[in-house]
Amino acid sequence: MASVVLSLGDDVSTDIIYPGRFMATVLPGETPQFAFADQIEFNSRLKNGQVPAASIIVAGRNFGCGSSREQAASCLRGWELVVVARHFARIFLQNSINVGLRTVICPEIEAAEGDELELRASSVVNRTNGRSFVVLPLPKAQQAIIEAGGLVPYTRQLLLQRGSNSV
Amino acid sequence: MAMTMVEKILTRATGSAALRAGDVVEPRVDLAMSHENAALVLNQFYEIYRDTGLRPDVWDPEKIAIIFDHRIPAESSKTATNQKKVREFVAQQGILKFHDIRGDEGGICHQILPENGYVRPGCVVVGTDSHTTSHGALGAFAFGIGATEMASVWALGRVLNVEVPATLKVVVRGRLGPGVLPKDLILFLIGKLTAQGANYKVIEFHGEAISGMPTSGRLTICNMAVEAGATSGIVPPDAETRRYLKDVAGVREPLQVLIPDPDAAYERVIEVDASALVPQIACPHSVDNVKPVSAVNGTPIQQVVIGSCTNGRLDDIKIAADILAGKKVARGVRMLVFPASARVFREAMAGGYLRTLMEAGAVVANSGCGPCLGIHQGALGDGEVALSTTNRNFKGRMGNPRSEVYLCSPAVAAASAVTGVITDPRKVN
Repeated sequence: MASVVLSLGDDVSTDIIYPGRFMATVLPGETPQFAFADQIEFNSRLKNGQVPAASIIVAGRNFGCGSSREQAASCLRGWELVVVARHFARIFLQNSINVGLRTVICPEIEAAEGDELELRASSVVNRTNGRSFVVLPLPKAQQAIIEAGGLVPYTRQLLLQRGSNSV
Repeated sequence: MAMTMVEKILTRATGSAALRAGDVVEPRVDLAMSHENAALVLNQFYEIYRDTGLRPDVWDPEKIAIIFDHRIPAESSKTATNQKKVREFVAQQGILKFHDIRGDEGGICHQILPENGYVRPGCVVVGTDSHTTSHGALGAFAFGIGATEMASVWALGRVLNVEVPATLKVVVRGRLGPGVLPKDLILFLIGKLTAQGANYKVIEFHGEAISGMPTSGRLTICNMAVEAGATSGIVPPDAETRRYLKDVAGVREPLQVLIPDPDAAYERVIEVDASALVPQIACPHSVDNVKPVSAVNGTPIQQVVIGSCTNGRLDDIKIAADILAGKKVARGVRMLVFPASARVFREAMAGGYLRTLMEAGAVVANSGCGPCLGIHQGALGDGEVALSTTNRNFKGRMGNPRSEVYLCSPAVAAASAVTGVITDPRKVN
């Protein structure tokens, strides 16, 4: 069980998650400080240690639309947050899988800030409003990347299996 | 089996039997492009090779392009240091398609790639930039990826786990009227589709208005396909594609042209009547909040931006110069012009367009992404309104969450710069 710390609507862009003016910062260890930088209250709670690991961001459709900037995924990964959204934008979802940000595709999810959610393999149960929502599984090929711990270790495995530069 | 453009391109790039939308493949990459975020790609690339005993060399230095454009000249010591690291890597790996901060060959990646002939029809192009969709204008399958994904491409020469996208066929009948530009067409379409209407799909462009459109306009519409969520936009290559590659990009080799089958399976066919289109504008704070310009006519503006990978090409600058010739930018309006590449800059200089724009009061800055993403130049003050030919108007995009950005064509931008309020260019003489 974990709490919803932020509940958002549709079309949350990567400019909201990680504003462009911080793009000179690239390394995963340095990006978390700028997560939701223009949502000052939430950003302060993150930086003041008031958001425990595994806390949940709930969003509507097309979460992470816009730029391909990987900082938008790595900054949330850095705080060990989980994103439960009705639907994700393509590049953001792939970046999340690649850097190990936990994402849950839950097309009907309804949850308010403060609600307690239980994340199961095939459903999300909102313990506060008592409702249960179906989870769509990620494609099999993507599961392999998650199981390897992200795209860096996954590509490393492939290189060692296939031999360097000879795919 | 009848196939769409993307099905044909991916079939060729995988060497497999005929592919269909929904198949998952690992296509070979023909061109892998990055900009300043190559600094992060580099970091992840070395991570991949850590403790493997393998030497961290890219799979093929001839297929990698790196173009500095997002923050040039560097706005901070951090960017400058990252650019330095990338330069060292480029030299060490022998990457030749490298465009540094230079007045002879620099510029925005989505202009540098086409004008140098790096993109060919039928190619698979990936870029660590969401507007990589632009290159579909030349009949390639081009899409944006993240930095770690690019590091994996640098190592393997393939993109992993690509699901062959379904395709929306957009048929644009008739011709665009006077004062109505490719930007108006794509804004109109994004308004109809919404910001998520083409998610995980390709938009294939057909029809009379597309075949009559120069490559510069096709780059504009494919550039913004991503704003409807599309994985890519594609224009099937034709005589104009051949003309551009030969005459503008200097490509001498024969082209391997792939075109879609007439009876290919499309998820949906959308018809647009170009002759009925009027100038369009995307209102704050989302790209799909599109209206006819007349709906917001008279809205005061403080900054006008002409440039970017969407509308910083020679045609765009000429349109603006023609409107501003002999006129003045209204007092209280800052007009900033960023040519899309150094070559465009020089051509606009030779054509006298930059002189016209400057005499009208515009500031011409070096080629680059400029104020589009709010990191470098041209940030907005609290409560200010910008009118821009760029591609995004999300809250805070131009550097300040307490400002507003409207998106429009270069004609709307130039006409409005004269009046100081949002203006339909067909009403200005």
